Formats: sequence, structure tokens, C-alpha cells
Amino acid sequence: MKHIENVSRRSFLKKFGMSSTALVLGVQLPSMLTIPKALAGVTSSDTFSPSVYVQVSADNIVSIVVHRSEMGQGIRTSIPMIVADEIGADWQKIAVVQGLGDKKYGSQNTDGSRSVRRFYQPLREAGAAARMMLQQAAAEQWQVDVSETLAKNSTIVHTKSDRVLTFGSLVSAASKLTLPKQSDLILKAKKDFNLIGKSDVALVDGKKIATGQTTYGFDVELDNMQYAVIARPPVLGAKVKSFNSDAAKAIAGVIDVVQMPDLEEPALFKPLGGVAVIAKNTWAAIKGREALDIQWHESAHKSYNSAEYKKALAESCDNPAKTLRSKGNVTQALVDAKQVITASYYVPELIHVPMEPPAATAHYHDGIFDIWACTQTPQSAQGTVAQILAVAPENVNINVTLLGGGFGRKSKPDFVVEAAILSKQLNVPVKVMWTREDEVKNGYYHAVSYQKLMAGIDEHNQVTAWQHHVAEPPIGSTFSKGADLIGSEASLGLVDMPYDIANVSCAIGKAPAHTRIGWMRSVTNINHVFAISSFIDELAQAKGVDSKDNLINMLGSDRKIDFAQENADYSNYGETLEKFPVDTARMKAVIEKASKMAKWGRSLPKGHGLGIAMHRSFVSYVACVVEVSENIDGKVKVHDVWMAVDCGLAVNPERIRSQMEGAAIFALSLTFYSELTAKNGVIEQNNFDDYQVARIADAPTTHVEIIASDAPPGGVGEPGVPPIAPAICNAIFNATGKRYRELPLKKYGIV
Amino acid sequence: MITLNINGKEHQFNDDGNMPLLWALRDTLKYTGTKYGCGKGLCGACTVHVDGQPVRSCVMPVSALANVKITTIEGLSEQGDHPVQQAWQDLNVVQCGYCQSGQIMSAVALLEREPNPNDKDIELAMSGNICRCGTYQRVKQAIHLAADLATEVKGS
Ligand code: FES
Ligand code: FES
Repeated sequence: MKHIENVSRRSFLKKFGMSSTALVLGVQLPSMLTIPKALAGVTSSDTFSPSVYVQVSADNIVSIVVHRSEMGQGIRTSIPMIVADEIGADWQKIAVVQGLGDKKYGSQNTDGSRSVRRFYQPLREAGAAARMMLQQAAAEQWQVDVSETLAKNSTIVHTKSDRVLTFGSLVSAASKLTLPKQSDLILKAKKDFNLIGKSDVALVDGKKIATGQTTYGFDVELDNMQYAVIARPPVLGAKVKSFNSDAAKAIAGVIDVVQMPDLEEPALFKPLGGVAVIAKNTWAAIKGREALDIQWHESAHKSYNSAEYKKALAESCDNPAKTLRSKGNVTQALVDAKQVITASYYVPELIHVPMEPPAATAHYHDGIFDIWACTQTPQSAQGTVAQILAVAPENVNINVTLLGGGFGRKSKPDFVVEAAILSKQLNVPVKVMWTREDEVKNGYYHAVSYQKLMAGIDEHNQVTAWQHHVAEPPIGSTFSKGADLIGSEASLGLVDMPYDIANVSCAIGKAPAHTRIGWMRSVTNINHVFAISSFIDELAQAKGVDSKDNLINMLGSDRKIDFAQENADYSNYGETLEKFPVDTARMKAVIEKASKMAKWGRSLPKGHGLGIAMHRSFVSYVACVVEVSENIDGKVKVHDVWMAVDCGLAVNPERIRSQMEGAAIFALSLTFYSELTAKNGVIEQNNFDDYQVARIADAPTTHVEIIASDAPPGGVGEPGVPPIAPAICNAIFNATGKRYRELPLKKYGIV
Repeated sequence: MITLNINGKEHQFNDDGNMPLLWALRDTLKYTGTKYGCGKGLCGACTVHVDGQPVRSCVMPVSALANVKITTIEGLSEQGDHPVQQAWQDLNVVQCGYCQSGQIMSAVALLEREPNPNDKDIELAMSGNICRCGTYQRVKQAIHLAADLATEVKGS
């Protein structure tokens, strides 16, 4: 199959209203088959359909389609950097075009930290093919050998004569040429990069954001549009018994009250049901909803109470249903050990709280849905709307707005379907907005977890046994009713425990879900790594050795780990171990780097402590050192965070640093503040007053260093999160002698 | 009917006077640069200036706003070149950007009150603005930079 196709005269031009005298290239994509389902969301495409388009037009503008969603990670800057560099475009002469939801792009699921990881190569090939055709066209015009030409600042230069032709002037000739074969493509040498790897590239949307000119999901405005908020079931699966809308309809501005279809579990990406209030503005809709009187049927999930559930999880850890990794004989090694250490860790249920809650606008007309939404997954939005509203996917146009944060919440298009249902029923454009309370009370939650760890230390002070039992409700329950054992989550920091220990056992207990469980930035790496990296530190103390030395020592020899050798099914984020090995040398390198940045081992002011943790996730390696202090009132403050990251080749170092800074804050929020609890199946928290996140006074100074690497690019958006919570708790131990094993720390009164 | 003065322009508002300014701006008058984040005065995403003071527009009824000057992010400068807006761009502060209208409006109000704030001043003035993306460190740096830029502008 041809890897790149010339699609100059196809629908692309029509769709974007671009000139027809243009050179347009499409790229083929890697197959998405190997991505773990839970992480991939609904992967609707395993085909080699074109993914990204580059268009050069006669007016000398290089248009670059960004087919991934921008949610703060900077992808609307990073993708254009890759393509523009390879084609040789002047950064001032590019146009960034947001791709519609369309399977021709391959996967658009902007999750799993893989936009650059998966598309770096195809994007470069797209740029290179376009450049080579432009060079060919110029060489033919000049009657010189193509090797005497190069691309620079949106021109082709004849190096011997200094003659110059703009890209735009070559469009017509270039578009008549045949595409170079993939094997003939000449990619730029790393030393010639002028955008990739550079830190001085301004954000594509920076000025618009600073002046309030951007459009997020909440900001979409259509003619005659109506505004909707929905009263959703307080308990998952509760159906509407009856409702009285008289008072709601009496509110000025309320137009209509509409019952939504009930949810039948599994929840999938279906709307939750409930009653919608449609009004001529958001305020009237909110007031109308307050005035609704709804009676709900009971749901079996009303049995969900956090305190009891925690006990049940702890018991489940003692009766694991399935062993997921086993090496040697842990039971015997624990019997033989001179010292046995045990510890239990708890991380509560969490929610994303992106600053922009979910919002979608749908306009149903002539059998077609035109939709604008802050979605991470335009194709699963398209597919789910098509399925539930019984139309062909081609009749569902998903326009991706900017996302006011996503963190995994906006990978689930339930809110998009709500807008589609209402627009079809009411025959007007409808914008559905989730209030903050809706987002907190009716989310796709990060699973609550209980973990029990046990280790044996022998007479030579070596750790010889490692046993890790986990109970947490699975993401699978959202897709298959009653699922109570984790699946893909096990590859997120559980079975990939990298320390070199002779006897290892990882096992999971049952945990039935009572809310929709989803994935949240770095997913179960958060809790697994909190437990593992805290426990490793406890082992350092038991052994009486330095925390950092212990990490290096326990990683063992430099090697590439294949967990299959230890009877574990490890998915490696959908990548092969050949391309993305689990490399202990790289783990040690980030530990050494972060330690050096923090001056590990220096003497500290009284009440201060350093803590360290390292984790590989999304095929990138991050180590961090944290400095905390305790004041005389027993309150803890995080002063500095030093992060060393090895994410392979760094495409956009500036955005890598900002993602690490953001990850530190995201993790700090869950370490100190955030917790959801359920009572009789109802989530008790509402808004930022009772579901707290870090504020500016909590923010440490985060120092980031990126390890220079030519390895293929790895993930960036998520890998910064997992090591922070354990590093903080390890630092607190070193500062105070107190070991905290449950999050959030505010319950200990230390913030 | 209430006359609202927004960014120097007068608008006649004849809807529910209890409507918070946030929704009047966004839904009725189509100034969507001001954002919803919590609706309860907890996050600062909706911050605008009322007679130069930073105000959470989500908890400010329109009826209280006759005869005052309201400034939103769209009205901060004609060219997007207010020193705070410039500093924000110079340091690539934003991630998703959603909280940033509110951050910028709070920062401008701080600098008008205290042209040379220290870190503590900044933490106090900005503590009502949540950034879930975690841009706090750069917000702090950018406020310092904006203070310098503003001094340069005045000095020159
Ligand atoms: S929306 Fe007004 S403070 Fe949050
Ligand atoms: S930049 Fe995303 S919430 Fe602040």
C-alpha cells in the first residue's frame, strides 16, 4: 500500500475552502490495533487511512492540519513544528487547521500521551514528501540536478546560483509530480532542524488566548441556539420515576423541559439520562433546573458508601482473585526472610475537574448533525452519536474546539450525545453545558484503590521478596456491566514494577464498580506508583540505606526487562519492546540527573526533607526529587520539585517543560487535597470548595531537565504525574519521620 | 432595563436583573472571553473589572452594575499588547488557556494597585484563580515580567 497519497483535488479542498491550485498530501498511519482498549477509548479505525494533511497553496501559505485535540499540551504548536521543519516552511507563513473528526486521519483519540509518539514519523514523512516534490519542481524549472536544491523559509534555493523560488510559485508544477515512495524519502538530519527541539517557538494560540479571542466548547454560539442543562441521576443507573416541571417552566427564559432516555448499563459513552431544561440563556436553564421536582427510582448502586467500600477493598486484597505476575516463590522467600515489611496504601476516588467542564453544541438539520465540542475523541463522538441517533457516521460532523483542559474526561463523549439528542428532538441548535457540580457528581472517575505490599529482606540486607496486592474497580466495568477485576490497568505501574527482586508476586482482588470508572491523567499509574515508590522508600529505611542509593541498587544491572519472562502480560502502552524497551539504564540516568539537580545528600535546613521517586510510563522515564518543610504548626510545604525526564527525542522542549510543571501541580492536588466520597451511591462533593485542588500559594518551583536522546519520542502529557505523590510523602518522612500511606494528606491536618 | 458599560461601549440589558454578569456577558452580549469555571466565586475564571476592581462575574448580579465601568479581557487593550498580555505571551504561560482570561484580569488589577509586587503579594492577589493545568509558576514569573515591562513603558 502506498504510504502517502496525493489528494490535491479531493474533498479536502472543499472542506476547508482552500484554493484548488494547491499541493496537498495525505499520510498513512500506523495501525492502532495494539493499543490497550481502555486507553484507546473506542478505537474505530484499524485501517491505514490518511492521517494528516499538508497543503501548500499558491499564496505561499503552508497549511497544516492538526488532527489531535488541543487541551493545553501544546499539540497545535508541536505538530506544525514537526511538519514545518521537515518541509522547510517559514514559521510565519503557516496556517494551522483543526481537523474534523474523520477516520481518514487514523486515530484522533487524544489520550494515552501518544500524539507525538505515534505521529512523529508520519508527520515528518508528509513534510519530506512535500518538500521533495517542491525541490523536484524547482530543479526541473532551473534544469539543474535536484541535489543542488534545498528548502528554506518557504522557498527552494538553488545552492550553486543562489536562485530562489517560493513554495507558492511551485505549487502548480509540484502537484503534477508523482509522489516519492516512502523508501525514497529523505528526512532532514537532526543537525539541520530549525524548529524540532527548539525552545523559542511561540504558542500558536498564545495571543488569541491572552486576548480572549479563542473558542472553547463552552463558547460556541449558533444562530437561534438554545441553552441546556440537565438534571442527571444522583446515583448511577437511577431512572426517572416522575417529575413535575411546572415551576421550572414558570421561570422567565425557560423554553422547554425534556426527559432524556434512561441509561441501561453498561454506561459506555451513553448519556446518563435525567431531565433537561432548555432555555434562552444559561442562567434561566440553571434556575429552571433548580425548580424541577424529580422522583427517582432506586438503583442498586445506592449501596455504595466510601467508608465501607474501603474496608471491602482491604479485604479483597487479602483474597486476590488473580495473579498477574509471578517470579520465583514469594511465600517461601517471605518465610526465609530475616525481616518482613508490610504496608497498605489508599488513594480515594478522584475526578478530573478541567477548568472547562464538558460542553457540546449540536445542530440537527436535513438528517445531518453539525456538532462543536471540546472532545478529546472526535471519532468516538461521531461513532456514538451515529449509533445512538441511528444515522450514518458520515452525517455526523464533529468540529473540535479548543479544550479548557481534558485530563481524560473529554475522551468520553456522553455530553456530545446529549446535545445531539436534544437538537434532534427540539429541532433547533442546542448547547449542553455541564456545571461544575455536574462534572463532579456525574463523572467518569479515577478508581479508588487499596493496596497491600509485603517484602522480605534477607540477612545480607537484600530485598528477596515482593508481594503487591491491589483492589480497585476496573475501567472495564464502564464497558461491561459487572466487571470487577482490572485488566489493562495492570500494565500501568503494577506488573511493570522494575526493581530486581528474586521473588515477585502481583495479584488483584475483586472490586465491583458503583460509579462510571474512566481514565484520568496517567490513570492507575497514580495509585500503583504511589504505593510502589513509597514502599521502596520504606524498604530503604528498613535496610538503613539512603533512599536514592537504594533505588539505584534495587534496579540491579543495566538491562532491558521483558516482563513476559515473569509470567506477566505487559502491554507497554501499545508499543513493541524492541522500539520502546523497558531500560533500567535510562531509569538510573533520570534518577542520577534529578539527584544532581537537587543536590541530593546536601545538608538541609531544620524541618526540611528531600524525597525521591522514579517511574517509567507512556514509554518515558521521569525521576523527581522534592523538597518539603514542616513548620512549627506541623504544616507541610513543598518548596521545589526537580524533574528529570527522558522522553526520547524532545520535539518541543518548551512544552515538555510546561507539561512537567503542570504534572507536578496536578499530582500535588491529589497528594494534598482531592478526595471524593460516596454516601448511598451519591458523590458527596460539589465544587472547588469541597473538592479542592492546588492554588498558587501551594505551587513549588519546578525545575525540569530533559535528557538528550535520539530514541523515538515517548509520551509527555502524563508521565510527569505518577512519581510526584510518593516523592512528596518520602520527603515528608525524611523531614518529619512520619510516614503517610493514605491520600489526600489534608486528612492528617498537615496542610 | 439596565445600561451596561462594557469596554467603553453601552449595552441595553433587559433580561432578569438577577442574572449574574457572567451569563449576561457570555449569552446575551456575546463577550465569551470571560469564562465559567464554578459559578460560585471559587475559581476566578470569570474575573472582570468593575471600575478597575477585580470581580467574580459569576456571583455579581447585573442589577448592581448600572453606572459602573466593566472591563473584560476583550477590552483590556486594543492590540492585545497590555504589558500583562505581552508578558503572558513572552513566557508562554498558558496551557489550555481556559483560566487565563481570569488570571490576566486578576494580574492587571494587582499591578494597578501594586506596580511592583513581591511573591507574597502575588500569591495573595492570585489565590482566587485556579489553574488546573498548573501554570502557577509561570503566572508568577509573568507578573514580575509585566511589572518590569510596565516600568519600561512608563520610563521611556
Ligand atoms: S466561575 Fe466565577 S469564580 Fe468560578
Ligand atoms: S491554563 Fe488550563 S486551566 Fe489554566
